[in-house]
Amino acid sequence: MKPHKFDYVRPTRLEEALDILSSRKDDVRIIAGGLSLVAMMNFRLVEPAVLMDIVHIESLGYIKAGEQAIEVGAITQQARLLAWDRLPALSPLLAKGMPHIGHFQTRSRGTVGGSIAHSDPSSELPLCLAVLDGSVTLASTRGTRNVKAEDFQVGLMTTDKQADEMVTAVHFPVARPGTGYAFDEVTMRHGDLAICAIAVAATKDRIRMGVGGVADKPTVREWPALSGKDLDEALNEFAWDLHGMDDVHATAQYRRQLVRKLGRKVILEAQQCCK
Amino acid sequence: MLQIKSDERKAITFTLNGQKVTGFAEPRMLLTDFLREQLGLTEIHVGCEHGVCGACTIRIDGKVARGCLTFAAQIDGAEVLTVKSLSEDGELSELQKAFRKHHALQCGYCTPGILMSTSAFLEINPNPTEEEIRLMLSGHICRCTGYVGMVHAVQEVVEIKRKNGNKPAA
Amino acid sequence: MNEVANKGKFVGKAIERVEDPQLLTGQAIFTADMPTREGTLHAAILRSPHAHAEIVAIDTSAALRQPGVVAVLTGREIKEESDPFLIVLRKPMDQWSLAIDRVRFVGESVALVVATDRYLAEDALEHIKVEYKPLPAAVFPQDAAKEGAPLVHPDCGTNVVSERHFSYGDPDKAFAEADKIVELTVDYPRNSQTPMEGYVVVAEYRHDEKTYDVQSNFQGPFTVHPVMSKALRVKGTQLRMRSPAYMGGGFGIKQAIFPYVVLMCIASKRVGRPVRWIEDRLEHLTAAIAAPNRVIRGQAAVKNDGTILGFRFEQLDDYGAYLRPPMPGPLYRQHGIMTGAYGVKNIAITNRLVVTNKTPSGMVRGFGGPQMYYGIERLIQRVAVELGMDHLELIKKNLVPAGSFPYRAPAGALLDSGDYQAAVAIAEKDGRLAELRARRDKARAEGRLYGIGFAAIVEPAQSNMGYLSTINPVDERKKSGPKGGNVAYCTINIDPLGNVSVTADSLPQGQGHATVLSQIIADQLGVRPQDIVANMERDTQRDPWSIAQGNYSSRFSSATTSSAFFAACRLREKLLKIAAHLLKVPEDTLELAEGKVFQKDNPQVGIRLSRVAGTAHWSPSELPPGMAPGLSETGAWSPPELEPPNDADQINTSLTYSFVFDFCGVEVDRDTGRIRIDRYVTMHDSGKLLNPLLAKGQVYGAFAWGLGAALFEEFVYKEDGSFLSGTFADYLCPTAPEVPEPQILHFESPSPFTPLGAKGIAESNCMSTPVCIANAIADATGLKDLRLPLTPSKLAGLLQGDEPAPPKKAEAPAAANIADRSVQGRGSAFVPAPPRAVWQALIDPEMLKRVVPGCHSVALVGPNTYDASITLGVGVVKGRFKAKVSLSNLQAPKSAIIQGALDGPLGSSEGVGNISLAAVDGGTQVNYEYGFDISGKVAAIGGRMLDGATRVLMKQFFERLGSTMEAPAPEPSSSTPAPKAKTSWWKVILKLLGLAK
Repeated sequence: MKPHKFDYVRPTRLEEALDILSSRKDDVRIIAGGLSLVAMMNFRLVEPAVLMDIVHIESLGYIKAGEQAIEVGAITQQARLLAWDRLPALSPLLAKGMPHIGHFQTRSRGTVGGSIAHSDPSSELPLCLAVLDGSVTLASTRGTRNVKAEDFQVGLMTTDKQADEMVTAVHFPVARPGTGYAFDEVTMRHGDLAICAIAVAATKDRIRMGVGGVADKPTVREWPALSGKDLDEALNEFAWDLHGMDDVHATAQYRRQLVRKLGRKVILEAQQCCK
Repeated sequence: MLQIKSDERKAITFTLNGQKVTGFAEPRMLLTDFLREQLGLTEIHVGCEHGVCGACTIRIDGKVARGCLTFAAQIDGAEVLTVKSLSEDGELSELQKAFRKHHALQCGYCTPGILMSTSAFLEINPNPTEEEIRLMLSGHICRCTGYVGMVHAVQEVVEIKRKNGNKPAA
Repeated sequence: MNEVANKGKFVGKAIERVEDPQLLTGQAIFTADMPTREGTLHAAILRSPHAHAEIVAIDTSAALRQPGVVAVLTGREIKEESDPFLIVLRKPMDQWSLAIDRVRFVGESVALVVATDRYLAEDALEHIKVEYKPLPAAVFPQDAAKEGAPLVHPDCGTNVVSERHFSYGDPDKAFAEADKIVELTVDYPRNSQTPMEGYVVVAEYRHDEKTYDVQSNFQGPFTVHPVMSKALRVKGTQLRMRSPAYMGGGFGIKQAIFPYVVLMCIASKRVGRPVRWIEDRLEHLTAAIAAPNRVIRGQAAVKNDGTILGFRFEQLDDYGAYLRPPMPGPLYRQHGIMTGAYGVKNIAITNRLVVTNKTPSGMVRGFGGPQMYYGIERLIQRVAVELGMDHLELIKKNLVPAGSFPYRAPAGALLDSGDYQAAVAIAEKDGRLAELRARRDKARAEGRLYGIGFAAIVEPAQSNMGYLSTINPVDERKKSGPKGGNVAYCTINIDPLGNVSVTADSLPQGQGHATVLSQIIADQLGVRPQDIVANMERDTQRDPWSIAQGNYSSRFSSATTSSAFFAACRLREKLLKIAAHLLKVPEDTLELAEGKVFQKDNPQVGIRLSRVAGTAHWSPSELPPGMAPGLSETGAWSPPELEPPNDADQINTSLTYSFVFDFCGVEVDRDTGRIRIDRYVTMHDSGKLLNPLLAKGQVYGAFAWGLGAALFEEFVYKEDGSFLSGTFADYLCPTAPEVPEPQILHFESPSPFTPLGAKGIAESNCMSTPVCIANAIADATGLKDLRLPLTPSKLAGLLQGDEPAPPKKAEAPAAANIADRSVQGRGSAFVPAPPRAVWQALIDPEMLKRVVPGCHSVALVGPNTYDASITLGVGVVKGRFKAKVSLSNLQAPKSAIIQGALDGPLGSSEGVGNISLAAVDGGTQVNYEYGFDISGKVAAIGGRMLDGATRVLMKQFFERLGSTMEAPAPEPSSSTPAPKAKTSWWKVILKLLGLAK
């Protein structure tokens, strides 16, 4: 399966990239790791006129530990972030969620920005970003803006990124004291797309739970620290509300079951962690 | 800024297994096709062209990469390693010898990719558990072997390296 | 015979493979690595997006004008250049290498582009315009077998193109005498072992010799060679089939490459240059092959003490759209052994063969064994359950008794050797079954779902080439002459310097045949295996071959090795004779070892092998009188036990029979349905093991695929025949974390029918593992009907009781039935305009053009019927579609039913929706509900995308409808913030409705 023709361009500075986006807009697709994009190009599901390779814009490859958030440059490889020695302390949720991303072979070149921009509802990074209430920096020749996850993640693989913008950084709020974090997912095989992924941030008073792989984007709910039947009811309502679909690997009913059962398990785990 | 028009065949120059090499490619030429057809490197195998099976796995600038999900243009100026980099003057590496000993290959089609993944992995994680070895291998599909021989081969190499590590430096 | 073989130094040893260094360094040459001649062109295939359709017209003119394109072939050229493939059934079910007039499965080859490279060829595919008239499809076997089902081959009058009944012993009496009749129907899914290397063909028509010269990874059987040559209208000697020494997996699948061989041959003839085709993964998963899915209704007549008196099996085997030779092999290859491992004497078998609008089925490892044993061994487990008896005790009670070998099974199989009871006993002990039972008891005491499963199977190997003729009744068989046997060839050469080389009629795909041949020959010729060069390339113009040539039914270890053994023995004899003659000593005093011939009792008297060889080449006059010069022997093998089917329809379908006994402990998670294999034990009696290292590898590999079949793998089709498993993200092959290491145990009952005592081993666990795992899950859960693959979703669904109800009631159902559609949705939107205005907008083409996202044009083509051109997309995926939309049941301005169809390069979609409008405060509440089906590439690759895409589109549609209405904003109520402008008011409304955040 061979892709269509396209122009290839490789900026080394962010300004060059933004100029290209400004002039060519929707004709451009950005490639960093290429794991999601090139597969679709090979199937001819995606046919960009211009392929912009941003992997050589060195200024976009960094990890910064801030007071409030970890700032990750868009082209930072997933493997690099996962191997960062400060990750477990600053973001236990990412430390628990990221090993589920694909495989060793894809994390080595797959990028944090790429995963967030692609916004597959089954992906771990968009889910973590949503639960952590993180944000995305978008840049264009018109300036930069910061968009919260819930505004950025619009729908299935659809984001608020405009045609002349690109993701330059992703901000993951750091772990808060008194908050426990947990993550789990069910897949068919190791590294497959999540049938249902659950990420939870819990304090002794509140539960913040995100579900991936069921709705068309990561979906987050918050409740007071319910338990017992109240928690079951809340999880059940959440499960139905996600309007999951059947696919070749799992039914909508199964996904609802996982929201209830796996959700409860991950909530309890997170609550244990914050003690 | 490197720019290649869609109809243009540009000279792509890169380092291949330590040697400087040049080939010509239009932007859409997949790295797998470029290396195989343009440069005759048939040690790279194509199994799926969507990045799942791992047969085409090589190393680009040290990092494990799927050749089928990379365009030739992307490796201009890069360092590329294929399975040929593992053996020297016809002498099989420890890993390759272990694969042979433990019957970790049958048809051999998936093998070069797995050898590349494994050698990169052991550089980062020289002391993996069996579970970690299997998780690393999850990025590859083999239909012949059931993976048992591969796991044993890697475990043996880990053991050998551990023993050698205990010897004082010459 | 066996004594001679057993004294060998190398046979039976776990020596490393000679193939490995080349493979490990990437130097091994696979078919796509072979150099091609200057001017070789590249082919790409246009494939049908429909499961069943008439081809109304094909216009290739635009494709021919594309850069790099040299030719475009369609059915017309194929009909000019070739004849339909011969099949075993004499029925009007013609198949050519491209579709003629009609397509019968998604993925069927419709046209071929030949261009200067594959990229350009694929570009050109998009310019071929095919007009199809879709037809109803017959997809599932039981539906296709019914009266009135759409006919795949109308001239056959039915989709059940063969039905045969067989009765052996007295099954009626057995069933009459039974204390109990236990029944179970199973439905085995389609799957395939999907080798990592796909099909590759390089074909060249040599005009002057009128010969087709083909390089490919065809693996045999060469019964297919005359099928190809006849199709191409040439003599067999004018179709030269060549294959390399290395293939990237076969598993039977590389038998079905032959239509592509013919296609590329025709292409080469037409363009006057070699043509190369490399199958890609999407093509392979969609259109290459599948093992036939099979429905088996099984009944066992049993006594209360567990004695099985008889079996009845009704099989419905699904061969997809065409019977590609040698189909329906899987239905008959196991025929003789349909009583499995049991000494049951009475059996009735009904075999029905059905065609459907799916990819043609073919030979995949196991060849009907996985299907058959799923039927038998699930039934046996059910017998145990219904009798309240221990499953293993039931098995043991009914196994073929020890000491009764060779044992003739009622349907004809001649089981050569074995001691099933002894093998089981060893497995129980060395496999620590008691400990597994203890683990089960402990898990159950803790409330966990844990079960132990068993499977006992007999693995046939080395097919009787006459087995397929069993499909025809006796009188038909008599007309075409008896068919039986399995001829194998091996040629060994010794060169003037004493170096040994060998070729054989195997086309290995990783089994290590070069190594095993070297071991056998080394034993006889007194050299080391690594000194022997085994060239596994094949060339039908150059090598001795028979129709049996190839790799299938595990024939190498019993057939090819036997011919190698004979050739080696004859060469050994010749060498000894020459040496005796030269040394002037009696032949029987001589020994051949370590490259020398010498007297056993007096080793000084000897001569180097190289001298002996030199004499044979250089000085034939020095040879013993009457001896032929040179040193080359071809061994031929054909076992007498492989007779044609007799008049009672009994057929010994294979030469050797291995016994495999598996058990495993499996835990099922109640909540997630996930499965954990605690321990898996597999006991093999595969006769004499020629190389235990390689034997283990075959077991591990078959086990991994068996596990895949049990838990992960299925080719999924929808009711309309669209195919959903086109990528490796949809068709799931197990990887290392999913495949535990089984414990392998061995028992050796050498075969009396092969000189080395070897049997087959390669297919065993394909047949035992799926049902062993299913039986364990049955034991853990008490479930009876278990349809593979047993995914967590499926198991959780079977285990879950009633699901907690949704908190709110669903909206009232609407007029059109969307319940069966694969993508469904509903929603509601508020439009700030009165219903009549909204209604007008919805039925006005000009309005629609502005409102429908991505719409380029809308034209009214009939009463309430529109043609439109739309670019639709989600995220980065965008495609241009032609749409046809019609409205019906119009009740202005309240409700309407919309029907639509989309067609484009990404796929097709057909859907229906209900819209209802209700006047509310300040505007109109629009309730909508839709359902649609998708087919084509998007269905195969990622139907999941379209649901989300549709929701986004509906949202965009109503946004645009709202902003186009230009109605004044209503008086804001206290609960809604005042809008700054029209569009932000609209966003507020959408937010309230939950369509936006």
